Amino acid sequence: MSDRTPRWVGTDVPRVDGLEKVTGAARYTADLKFPRMLHAAVVRSPHPHALVRDVRLEAAARVPGVRAVAAGRDFPFHVGIYLKDQTVFATDRVRYVGDPVAAVAAETPEAAREAAARVEVEYEPLRPVFDVADGLAPDAPLVHPDLGRYECVPWITPQAGTNICNHLKVRKGDYEAALRRCAHVIEHSFSVPQVQHVPLEPHVSVARMDGAGKLEVWTSAQSPFTVRHLLCACFRLPHGDVRVVVPHVGGGFGGKAGINLEPIAAALAMKARGRWVRVMVDRSEEFYAVVVRQGLEATLVTGVDRDGKVLAQKLRYLWNCGGYGGYGVNVVRAAGYTCGGAYEFPNVWGDSIGVYTNRPVGSAYRGFGMQEIHWALEQQMTMVARELGFDPVEFRLRNCLGPGKSTVTGQVLDEHAGRVDLCIRKVAEALRWGDGRREPYRGRGLACAVKAPAMPNDAASSVVLKFCEDGMLEVLLSGIDYGQGLKTVAAQFAAEALDLPFDQVRVRGLPDTDLSPYDWQTVASRQTWATGNAVLRAAESCKRQLLAMAAQAFDAPASRLQLAGGRVLDPETGRSLPLARLAMGYQFDDGHTVGGPVAAAASFVPEGLIFLDPETSQSPKPVAKWTFGCQGVELQVDPETGRFTVERIVGCYDVGKVVHPGLIRGQTYGGMVQGLGTAVMEELLLDRATGRIRNASLTDYKIPTTEDVPQRLEAHFVETPQADGPLGARGIGEHTMIPTPAAIADALYDACGVRITTLPITAEKVLAALRAKAEGGPAR
Amino acid sequence: MTRRITVRVNGVVETADVDPRRSLLAFLREDLDLTGAKEGCNEGECGACVVLVDGKPINSCLMLAVEADGREITTIEGLARDGALHPLQRAFLRHQALQCGFCTPGMILTAAGLLAENPDPTEDEVRRALSGNLCRCTGYRQILDAVLEAAAEMRGAVGKEVVR
Ligand code: FES
Ligand code: FES
Repeated sequence: MSDRTPRWVGTDVPRVDGLEKVTGAARYTADLKFPRMLHAAVVRSPHPHALVRDVRLEAAARVPGVRAVAAGRDFPFHVGIYLKDQTVFATDRVRYVGDPVAAVAAETPEAAREAAARVEVEYEPLRPVFDVADGLAPDAPLVHPDLGRYECVPWITPQAGTNICNHLKVRKGDYEAALRRCAHVIEHSFSVPQVQHVPLEPHVSVARMDGAGKLEVWTSAQSPFTVRHLLCACFRLPHGDVRVVVPHVGGGFGGKAGINLEPIAAALAMKARGRWVRVMVDRSEEFYAVVVRQGLEATLVTGVDRDGKVLAQKLRYLWNCGGYGGYGVNVVRAAGYTCGGAYEFPNVWGDSIGVYTNRPVGSAYRGFGMQEIHWALEQQMTMVARELGFDPVEFRLRNCLGPGKSTVTGQVLDEHAGRVDLCIRKVAEALRWGDGRREPYRGRGLACAVKAPAMPNDAASSVVLKFCEDGMLEVLLSGIDYGQGLKTVAAQFAAEALDLPFDQVRVRGLPDTDLSPYDWQTVASRQTWATGNAVLRAAESCKRQLLAMAAQAFDAPASRLQLAGGRVLDPETGRSLPLARLAMGYQFDDGHTVGGPVAAAASFVPEGLIFLDPETSQSPKPVAKWTFGCQGVELQVDPETGRFTVERIVGCYDVGKVVHPGLIRGQTYGGMVQGLGTAVMEELLLDRATGRIRNASLTDYKIPTTEDVPQRLEAHFVETPQADGPLGARGIGEHTMIPTPAAIADALYDACGVRITTLPITAEKVLAALRAKAEGGPAR
Repeated sequence: MTRRITVRVNGVVETADVDPRRSLLAFLREDLDLTGAKEGCNEGECGACVVLVDGKPINSCLMLAVEADGREITTIEGLARDGALHPLQRAFLRHQALQCGFCTPGMILTAAGLLAENPDPTEDEVRRALSGNLCRCTGYRQILDAVLEAAAEMRGAVGKEVVR
């Protein structure tokens, strides 16, 4: 690309899917009509842990209108994105309330529900495990007695004979020796409950297997190709016989990564050949039956020298993964290799351990474990600073990562890595940190964030660019634009690289594994960066083709020609041609034609990633990139009730390059408010007697509304270009909700001297802590 | 057993025989293929299904189709008139007030109902009016800005300092 100032990248171009979304034209999976579609109902376990003795489908099959019944024994293959520990339906045992046991498809939803009620399942209840401590106890019942027999990728380490589905160890320097040299050693514990993604659009999948054996699936998902890949594994089908299409998606936040309802829809479709089958969860099932975010119990020990430099850091993260490993095992891994957050710790002893329990299945959720570990680590940093009399901002600046510093895996960051120190300074300045201002029950706090994309080292994106007869460019991609703005950003990069008017680019939706180019997944805040790079590469190729044709047309060297505003220009002669004249090949006046339709495919795979050492997790480059940031909070506490109002959240992130100011503000505000929800109100409540989730509805599980939004949300950005980023850009989507709870907790401490270490920070907890403090109890 | 109803939807008179238990939302989405109204919960808790019934924002999942008999209904598909977007639609685009878009139809129609009643709302009034419309993506800030700016435009006050 030329060095000229970007014309489209960095500007507020209209979002390319905006018009269809404000007019109701955008179609989501449940909006589509499929001829003679059958409706499904899923039979789910009422027990958190039980053996399945028998499943009888005969009575269900006799209900009028029923066209298919399916249960475990018909689909015996294990699947899982990393650890293959799950079957489509439970075969011998159920592992959480909601675990699918069977499903039916019928002509009407009523018939499907009636038939589901007639499926007879004989259970033998077993002692459940709900907490990580129970799960790790020597006499704990095993959630997966067959753990040692499951297939698994080499970098996930389940431990047969236990409930541990993954354990990542970080060993850097000499922790024990360093600890002995420390002037101060401080230990604290923190916890995070399971929470739900709550996308506004619940999960839904529609499938059909036609007479020739081809399976077609339309689904609300983040990763069409991974859905296809896993369905093929699940049903032993060749990839060419499975087609996955993803219409508009009404929010995912990680909960629609991987496969969810697709295998159930496919199983029923295979039983009712030729018919479309729709599986849809209702809002209540959405809360516990699909996937949730894991819980975390964290214990941190920090050793500090007299000058406030952390010399030794121990971190123990115990993850409540629920009944299956799913994505959760990789959350455990990511939390391990990022265990030290945004700081340089010379000596580290870190353990990140995933524990199976009989709770809903933990999975990816915006931040991929990072909000949870930052809840612990960021509070720990502040608590250590405050206990030792250091200013929390100064203490962070003294210990934070930056160019030349080394992460917990021993990766030495270079000058392209992003600057958390600048983000901290910006937020501190916005909060007027250290100005001595004190008002009763008013507080300020801040917390940092860092995250890398957690993905296989070879996670790829590819795109196709092709021109239309009128010179318009079409971009085909399989990343999902579920609101973050991928299509708009892809159009910006394409228009930029080819110097096209912005409205001359069309990004094609409906990622379709039959028709569009491969993309691993839309997760990990990787799309702007990965797909962006692929678009730039494909554009370069299109440019070469256009200039080569124009060189013949003008009889001029291609090296002299330029693309400019939708034309090819020869600056020397002033001659130019609109792209419409070249898009399908150039025809000379006498009729002979050169070149041909302009199109290019290109891909992007991160370079130079090295596996972690299996014993110590040391690696010079374990991940493709880091995005750093910081958030500050101002709040006001009502000491009578314990209620508090978050009045302001200010964030600063080093995003490398702001590609679209309006979209990135939207990502930032959205993440802050989602972070606020997990900070102050969200928690899945388990009934320990039955293993059921008690608040599985929007009435009982509150997420933020317009009335909860702080008066002021502010987003600032630093732009240290990412070496392998498109125009220097790096990911940001998830990072925006990572530091919010920890910043709120610290502002609360600043306001009233109470420290809450278990999420969510409810008014009841604050009030109880205020009372305990008034009575002289531990205020910390 | 069905009942015959006649409703005017986006200016078009529709007559249909509906199951008396069918919700207005199901009638609009499945029978009329007006899928702009979304089903987010089917229990009155999310606002994704809001349509205007006689100009008032209603959770259509909680209303029976037969209750709409004889009424005038506007869905998101009918808000733009003669190809010209409603000022709220334009303001949502300008402010990036949508991401996944699933809440957007309900948000815009709820705001339209508010502005019909209160053309000059304060931010707090907008917050209250939209508090039954959940959005998981945007953090609401740009939605509030869009509604306030659209209100100003509709009052003819554009050009003055109207946004925070
Ligand atoms: S679908 Fe009607 S309020 Fe949620
Ligand atoms: S834009 Fe996704 S729910 Fe509002």
